[in-house]
Amino acid sequence: MKLYCLSGHPTLPCNVLKFKSTTVMLDCGLDMNSTLNFLPLPLVQSPRLSNLPGWSLKDGNAFLDKELKECSGHVFVDSVPEFCLPETELIDLSTVDVILISNYHCMMALPYITEHTGFTGTVYATEPTVQIGRLLMEELVNFIERVPKSQSASLWKNKDIQRLLPSPLKDAVEVSTWRRCYTMQEVNSALSKIQLVGYSQKIELFGAVQVTPLSSGYALGSSNWIIQSHYEKVSYVSGSSLLTTHPQPMDQASLKNSDVLILTGLTQIPTANPDGMVGEFCSNLALTVRNGGNVLVPCYPSGVIYDLLECLYQYIDSAGLSSIPFYFISPVANSSLEFSQIFAEWLCHNKQTKVYLPEPPFPHAELIQTNKLKHYPSIHGDFSNDFRQPCVVFTGHPSLRFGDVVHFMELWGKSSLNTVIFTEPDFSYLETLAPYQPLAMKCIYCPIDTRLNFIQVSKLLKEVQPLHVVCPEQYTQPPPAQSHRMDLMIDCQPPAMSYRRAEVLALPFKRQYEKIEIMPELADSLVPMEIKPGVSLATVSAVLHTKDNKHVLQPPPRPAQPTGGKKRKRASDDIPDCKVLKPLLSGSIPVDQFVQTLEKHGFSDIKVEDTAKGHIVLLQEAETLIQIEEDSTHIICDNDEMLRVRLRDLVLKFLQKF
Amino acid sequence: MPEIRVTPLGAGQDVGRSCILVSIAGKNVMLDCGMHMGFSDDRRFPDFSYITRSGRLTDFLDCVIISHFHLDHCGALPYFSEMVGYDGPIYMTQPTQAICPILLEDYRKIAVDKKGEANFFTSQMIKDCMKKVVAVHLHQTVQVDDELEIKAYYAGHVLGAAMFQIKVGSESVVYTGDYNMTPDRHLGAAWIDKCRPNLLITESTYATTIRDSKRCRERDFLKKVHETVERGGKVLIPVFALGRAQELCILLETFWERMDLKAPIYFSTGLTEKANHYYKLFIPWTNQKIRKTFVQRNMFEFKHIKAFDRAFADSPGPMVVFATPGMLHAGQSLQIFRKWAGNEKNMVIMPGYCVQGTVGHKILSGQRKLEMEGRQVLEVKMQVEYMSFSAHADAKGIMQLVGQAEPENVLLVHGEAKKMEFLKQKIEQEFRLLPDAKKPRLLHGTLIMKDSNFRLVSSEQALKELGLAEHQLRFTCRVHLHDTRKEQETAVRVYSHLKSVLKDHCVQHLPDGSVTVESILIQAAAHSEDPGTKVLLVSWTYQDEELGSYLTSLLKKGLPQAS
Repeated sequence: MKLYCLSGHPTLPCNVLKFKSTTVMLDCGLDMNSTLNFLPLPLVQSPRLSNLPGWSLKDGNAFLDKELKECSGHVFVDSVPEFCLPETELIDLSTVDVILISNYHCMMALPYITEHTGFTGTVYATEPTVQIGRLLMEELVNFIERVPKSQSASLWKNKDIQRLLPSPLKDAVEVSTWRRCYTMQEVNSALSKIQLVGYSQKIELFGAVQVTPLSSGYALGSSNWIIQSHYEKVSYVSGSSLLTTHPQPMDQASLKNSDVLILTGLTQIPTANPDGMVGEFCSNLALTVRNGGNVLVPCYPSGVIYDLLECLYQYIDSAGLSSIPFYFISPVANSSLEFSQIFAEWLCHNKQTKVYLPEPPFPHAELIQTNKLKHYPSIHGDFSNDFRQPCVVFTGHPSLRFGDVVHFMELWGKSSLNTVIFTEPDFSYLETLAPYQPLAMKCIYCPIDTRLNFIQVSKLLKEVQPLHVVCPEQYTQPPPAQSHRMDLMIDCQPPAMSYRRAEVLALPFKRQYEKIEIMPELADSLVPMEIKPGVSLATVSAVLHTKDNKHVLQPPPRPAQPTGGKKRKRASDDIPDCKVLKPLLSGSIPVDQFVQTLEKHGFSDIKVEDTAKGHIVLLQEAETLIQIEEDSTHIICDNDEMLRVRLRDLVLKFLQKF
Repeated sequence: MPEIRVTPLGAGQDVGRSCILVSIAGKNVMLDCGMHMGFSDDRRFPDFSYITRSGRLTDFLDCVIISHFHLDHCGALPYFSEMVGYDGPIYMTQPTQAICPILLEDYRKIAVDKKGEANFFTSQMIKDCMKKVVAVHLHQTVQVDDELEIKAYYAGHVLGAAMFQIKVGSESVVYTGDYNMTPDRHLGAAWIDKCRPNLLITESTYATTIRDSKRCRERDFLKKVHETVERGGKVLIPVFALGRAQELCILLETFWERMDLKAPIYFSTGLTEKANHYYKLFIPWTNQKIRKTFVQRNMFEFKHIKAFDRAFADSPGPMVVFATPGMLHAGQSLQIFRKWAGNEKNMVIMPGYCVQGTVGHKILSGQRKLEMEGRQVLEVKMQVEYMSFSAHADAKGIMQLVGQAEPENVLLVHGEAKKMEFLKQKIEQEFRLLPDAKKPRLLHGTLIMKDSNFRLVSSEQALKELGLAEHQLRFTCRVHLHDTRKEQETAVRVYSHLKSVLKDHCVQHLPDGSVTVESILIQAAAHSEDPGTKVLLVSWTYQDEELGSYLTSLLKKGLPQAS
């Protein structure tokens, strides 16, 4: 059993598990941090961005000034943004049988894998994961395709040139494998390979392995996975939450008794309390708006935004914000809001019960109805007519490199009345802001990451008690910026096995048993004998039928009756089938009793000689010699089958068969 | 093979009051708990005395499963749980759980308020009964207890309808409830994986029909409505608030849009909004097309269908009105009916079953003069039509499902005996067992039983684990041969002889002069007294006894003369 680690990103994992003749990919995360090295894609021509100076080497050589631009001391690639894919060379991805997706953030690399590696398997995911994942991909493709960029920089990727660049470009890894965004066609094709699953569904893979998604409590339809055979169990925990937000609560009990627990997707901000952050978010928002400023919230079109809207729904009236317009701008804004209302089965109990009334589970329906929240596909079109300031805008992308958010950063960045509030934890907010410097607008960092923190993890591990824990290496040491915080790492016994990108781990357990069904007829024929108190043995001779990796034992075929019709038998008909197996023997033969038994059965003239290891029993009349030792008996006689069989049966009386 | 016993308490070979008892590996599950709309006596409900005469329902049953919200599948539930008495879990899907109590309440009102039936369940009983319901999600494996698990599959038919797999250990039964294998206007097709149950219990309402009969009935319906409206008549469609109403609304809505018709369509009472809302919230249960387009246009937000106002009934000109209740026994539908009945241009379409004694039942049975309250006589001149729109699988669909699930046995229920016979033959013809492709192998080992833990290991390992040593039993037989040649040559002759006879065995001539057949050792030695005789020592272990014994008898017959 092996684990191939294709991504080093702890919250955007991509691992391949080889387990009992199946090859299972666990998640397909796409690391988008690479895009931070690129200049933002403005929706509206931005003079500031297009007039940034080209970058030149210290010696004044300016041959890269078309590709690289400088902004407030940082250097950016002026090109279509590119993404860092999971490793595609570590393992032949065409051999992957299935891909298990745990949540919609962890499937963004799917088109790269399913469309370009010869993958022919099936992808399993829940319905909300697929629908919202599709929205995220659609948004991403839309953001990038609607701003066509003629330039595609590649010179800087040359290894010899990259060395000369300033950080972080100099240190960017595997830039040669960075890829542009996929197309909608590839997205559709990738998503068509997904089979929908429900929580606690037992899915058979070739009859050999069973996989089961469990609610992970982190997002709509988010799941952890159990991968198990009858005697081995691997739990894959990815992006789980114990907080009560909108999704169904996490199913912890089913993770018990795992041989291996693979732990990924913990909170990226272990020191921040999500509830506190939401409070800060609301108060900063209110403060800015009251002072006549605008609030920009860079966000994904699904997920935490539902919770933020719910908080605002309760907050805006009491904070006197009812006249302030809230805008949600995304090509998939409408779809996201609509979809959130139809997945009642995947929501927390409170929201689930609303459908019985019937009422929409999320209160943003009411915000829309009362015109407090308006949504638009982009800043073009209706939005420009309705746009009123001061206002609050939710829009993407959180990387600030593409999407409508770029426009608002350019528009509002120069005024200190305005505020940008970062709630998504995926990117370093300082890095996202770098190409907008110098910036007058206020920047508030309220990252809301509801995933497990280290205290919750250690509690979880105590409760479910896996034999081994496997996790990304980042979790086995404190975060680099807080190296004294020994509490910000996984603490378990035995210590967690850690992995990093492009590593292959041998997981520490061996398969020993397989489940076999015994047919009732065969079971009936078994004769158990009690060897020790509570332990019985039965010798089994049976025919093993294997179909679809399921094994069944049936009674052995009866020896064929000699057919009377045939006159002449061929010699070979008599040759016994050496496949007929006989049991092993155990026990020892007490010589005195054995001799008595022989006498009782009509043997006379018996002599017993002692030897170094046992005895020799001589039957002089029959010219037969029986060597008896502790663990063996040897009958040496003339070719007299009758005699041999008689002696054999007498010996067997003293032995046990297995 | 542990026994699986199926006892229909209703709907064995007829349609109505579906209720099937399944006993599988010691677990008892009741599938559906329906009522028969055609009776108002004891026969209305399934015969639970079959269970209760030997004890309480709760003790006997491990769980109850309801396949969908139609009353012939869930109508007896409050009676069963609150009046006969059952406190165990009742499983159904979320849409069924949401819609079923509304239909039960509707039905209760007719039975009690209008027909004055005594000994019927109350509103409170419906509420108490629904508290025992546990919602199951599609494909979720629900562990009822340690051994019994159930799993729901999509069935189409109506919103939230499901087929259920019931599994105990390796034994399993699939119960289809009602299902359809072709997607219709708002629902998708039933689907099941190759779960290979021991038994598939399938409905067989349309066991002999092959064509897509539902499409025809829809076309018929639209044609009649269209013709009536064209000639300026009014169409009354009495319905219950949920289920068929939405289906017919979609049907008319799309037809109106396609034909660009202007005549107004109304839906009576405030229930519409609420009822349609259920459908909007349960979009994932509808068909692919609705799910794909609901963001742009929710199929259950009707453009052409508007709320009805009492005053509209007297407006001139054509119109279509959906009005509750569905059996014309009271309320708005009856009021409208009284106003429109006298005009032969008008039409009333009854899309569902009507209980005896209701106006709906009377006009469907051909009565044209109705006695109303106050000795008034109402003459019915309007056209009366009956149409059933239930979606069921046809014979082709049933065969398809059998092919998908690959059951060992099929049991037909919920249909007419004659039609079942026909389908039975078809299924037997089409699905014959195929032999296994892989060659079975003989296996020998030891089963170690410790508590309830069973392990099959090799005999060697069993001995080792128990700290026992193997006792080797070996035989050596002397076979005398006439042979004047040297021992070595005798050995060669033995070797070539055995080689030619035992073609399937491994016969070897070892450098030390001995011959082996598999693990059996043969050595040639000189006779101590007779130089013309050689002694063959054939030696084998107990495990090789058959072959060893065979070899001695073979060698005893002598060797063939060397050519």
